[in-house]
Amino acid sequence: MTPEEQDLVRARQKSRAIVTGLLLGFLAILFFAITLAKIGASDAI
Amino acid sequence: MASSPILSGVSAPALPAHWRDFVALTKPRVMTLVVFTGLCGLLAAPGHIHPVLAFTAILCIALGAGAAAALNQWWEADIDAKMKRTAARPLPAGRMDRQSALHFGVGLSFFSVILMGMATNWLAAGVLTVSILFYVLVYTIWLKPRTAQNIVIGGAAGAFPPVIGWAAVTGDVTALPIALFMLIFFWTPPHFWALALFVKTDYAAAGIPMLPVVSGEVATRRQIWFYTAIMAMAALAPVLLRLTGVIYGTAALLGTGIFALLAFQVYRRRENDPARMAPEKRLFKYSILYLFLLFGAVVVDRWLLA
Repeated sequence: MTPEEQDLVRARQKSRAIVTGLLLGFLAILFFAITLAKIGASDAI
Repeated sequence: MASSPILSGVSAPALPAHWRDFVALTKPRVMTLVVFTGLCGLLAAPGHIHPVLAFTAILCIALGAGAAAALNQWWEADIDAKMKRTAARPLPAGRMDRQSALHFGVGLSFFSVILMGMATNWLAAGVLTVSILFYVLVYTIWLKPRTAQNIVIGGAAGAFPPVIGWAAVTGDVTALPIALFMLIFFWTPPHFWALALFVKTDYAAAGIPMLPVVSGEVATRRQIWFYTAIMAMAALAPVLLRLTGVIYGTAALLGTGIFALLAFQVYRRRENDPARMAPEKRLFKYSILYLFLLFGAVVVDRWLLA
């Protein structure tokens, strides 16, 4: 693999890691919101 | 026999796939209609659902559709490489290896179904599972490479979203979501065959037995007209069964009338040159608008009735 290709691989790995991190953050917030919604729904019953 | 992905001639890339290619694998443009019909099913359903849970249900429908699209592209990478329309997709273009697409599709399928079940109910999750399996196993792997009627039966896969949206709210499936299912089911053949008429050479090159390739252009035009008539009955069924009111009724009458007019123009034409198929392209484009119009009208109608 040439140095240019290695740089490209690293750049892609970095961008994928950032996107994965953002998705995990979003899911953590979503699961928290789902939990609150579910608790609210069971309280209403 | 269908081509096996194990024997694929599509070479694996040396570089890891870009995250945008994973997004492309989910066919985001096709997903728009799926999300919209699912959302309309959810909004038309009686009862209340927490906005967060409603958002999650629609997200799961979108992810499930994306997962099915990824698995479809995993299986059809060789076929996609032969068609101009699909050759630039991540797998045939060599930007992603097949195993990544398979893992992504399977992972996303499980995630969407489990999240749907936990956030809403397991009936909605069950219907979502059926829709993914139907699209991948029944349509992509079984019917598409074998029969010219592939889109007639396989069209059911795209008809599930309003049922899922409805089930997410109510936990059951009643007459209206079934009527909406039937509408998309009978809308699919004229929609896809209009497209198949002007991309016939692509399908022929890939060896896919689409109706224009197998039975010819005249038979396809006749079938478009035939299914438009059945679709018209499916479109008017919710009004006749008193499941919807005057707003949907008016939209269905006008919208279906225009659809029938365009389909009739296509039926009467005898044109083989894909470059001169303006009426066929018009029908294809209008069919998308038509579905948006009718599903939007269902929601407005149900809200006003409520």
